Amino acid sequence: MTKFLQTLMDGISIGSLYALIALGYTMVYGILRFINFAHSDIFVLGAWLSFSVALCAGWTASGAPLLFPTWLWTVLIVVSVLGPLLYVVERTALPALRSSLGPRVPHALAGGFVVTAAVWAWVLVGLVFLARATTASASFRPLTGVVILVIAMGGCGLAGYLIERLAYKPLRAAPRLNVLITAIGISLFLQNSGQLKFLFGTQPQKMPELMENKPLAVVAGVAINRVDVIGAGTAVALMFALEWLVFHTRLGRAMQAVSYNTRVASLMGIDVDRVISFTFVLGSALAAAAGFLFVMKLPGALRQPADTGWVLLGLKAFVAAVVGGIGNIRGAMLGGLFIGLLEYFGVAYLRPELRDVYVFVLLIIVLLVRPSGLLGKATVEKV
Amino acid sequence: MALLEIRDLQTHYGAIEALHGISLTVERGQIVTLIGCNGAGKSTTLRAISGLIPVTSGSILFDGKPLVGVAPHEIVKLGVAHAPEGRGIFANLTVDENLDLGSYLRRDRDGIARDRERVFELFPRIRERLRQNAGTLSGGEQQMLAIGRALMARPRLLLLDEPSLGLAPQVVQTIFRIIREINAAGTTILLVEQNAHMALQTAHFAYVLEVGEIVMQDEAKKLAESDEVRKAYLGVA
Ligand SMILES: Nc1ncnc2c1ncn2[C@@H]1O[C@H](COP(=O)(O)OP(=O)(O)OP(=O)(O)O)[C@@H](O)[C@H]1O
Ligand SMILES: [Mg+2]
Repeated sequence: MTKFLQTLMDGISIGSLYALIALGYTMVYGILRFINFAHSDIFVLGAWLSFSVALCAGWTASGAPLLFPTWLWTVLIVVSVLGPLLYVVERTALPALRSSLGPRVPHALAGGFVVTAAVWAWVLVGLVFLARATTASASFRPLTGVVILVIAMGGCGLAGYLIERLAYKPLRAAPRLNVLITAIGISLFLQNSGQLKFLFGTQPQKMPELMENKPLAVVAGVAINRVDVIGAGTAVALMFALEWLVFHTRLGRAMQAVSYNTRVASLMGIDVDRVISFTFVLGSALAAAAGFLFVMKLPGALRQPADTGWVLLGLKAFVAAVVGGIGNIRGAMLGGLFIGLLEYFGVAYLRPELRDVYVFVLLIIVLLVRPSGLLGKATVEKV
Repeated sequence: MALLEIRDLQTHYGAIEALHGISLTVERGQIVTLIGCNGAGKSTTLRAISGLIPVTSGSILFDGKPLVGVAPHEIVKLGVAHAPEGRGIFANLTVDENLDLGSYLRRDRDGIARDRERVFELFPRIRERLRQNAGTLSGGEQQMLAIGRALMARPRLLLLDEPSLGLAPQVVQTIFRIIREINAAGTTILLVEQNAHMALQTAHFAYVLEVGEIVMQDEAKKLAESDEVRKAYLGVA
């Protein structure tokens, strides 16, 4: 009984992380019909960002907060100057140039994009200072975890926004294979640049314990730990929030429309590019939350950014999306939990060394028996 | 000034030129129809107006404002609604949600509620099916939904791409009666049709498109009586 309950808890808590990551795969697939291979690296980025921000906030051995690297300030300042500059040129010089030189002059210079990114980055910097303040104050210290979670989600959201805009958007009209290869390229880029000395380095690290992990209760001999409860609670809350957003808001309706038919969605007045950007931001933020919760639960598992262990985790989350029915949001949640439980029960009751095998055998079975996934259905269109 | 003015419009699909420089005008308050055989470029013309495909050269002016190079959602904002070929129903959503998407850009709750009522008056069938998944509607009902949804944008110009396609003769009659009603209520309509007979009966003005070129244009009544049109499009020997 004890073993069963323990396995159940582990399965659910890791499964909910798979679910959070799977949501990003599934949402992007639902809208653009391609597998964003760089998505699992966003999860890794979320984990490492949580760690770095914690150090910046003052969770170091000495208690002194780590300084912001200079390159970060340089980038911030350059972008903050460049953005408004482009924007002003767009507003003033471009229309005049267009009318004299003709339609070869572009409509815009991405000024809005650069300004958005700059403002976003400044907000994140502000939040880091907030984390520093809460860390330093005795009464607000327990809140630091929340601030770090928000920064990780916001930071990865920004990364997702940039990646979509710079790497995928120019390929909107290109064959899907090109986008797929680009995604693999982005994935390799993230893995390798993450190892740079001024980013995360090549050494594994240990996440500081942002909260004391004491058991809240003991049920049938199984300790129910605070981190597990908070972690699973956060994951479930995020999934409910997403469910509400997609199925009960105007923006969610727009996402559903774009995912069904981009062209017709634009005829409804939906700004398709904005919806796509938003989807990437949302998926990346959820993956970041998974990364944060992962290192909270397993502080010692912060392997170096290009470690194959990360790839395997991302791959399992991808399997979760496929098993649930790729493109289906509820399917991804279900698939994640299912994969987590399967993995942990397999390890506990069958053979532990086959841990990864269970998941991929399930994938093969699903692809053979029900290729559209548990909740996916073949779409029917009337002519 | 006419509501819509197209001058020398040229478009390409890859290397293939689909429109070889067509010009047409839609006067305010009228129904103008564009008829022609399969592959003539009728849908292409509507797609170019809505910004769905790039324009190689030429101009499109809506109420004096250039539409070339403007994003599709901005064109909707200006007051152009397009019920596309094949209806473009969101089969993953309910009828109700489809209608809602038609008024996506609007914020005036009262106005939206009034327009919904109006759509229900025009198409009572839609009211009965509100909670139903739109993919389960019959073809004719889907067409009604597509037109109703376009009306929910409260457009100044309504683009209809073959609203009669695949419908039973009686339903076709209904659809065309409703098109006249919509127009009588003040909406200008550009109607693309293969059913030249009905289109010419309904429209004020007509253009005949043949492989990417306008070959005839006149008042719809006059065109319906011309020998060429009678032979080629009305099936009268
Ligand atoms: N996406 C596309 N790619 C390449 N060629 C296309 C594409 N869409 C249309 N065409 C070509 O452009 C020409 C005009 O097509 P269009 O759809 O405008 O015809 P249409 O007049 O609407 O015909 P129908 O009455 O059959 O709907 C056709 O020769 C068609 O083959
Ligand atoms: Mg057509």
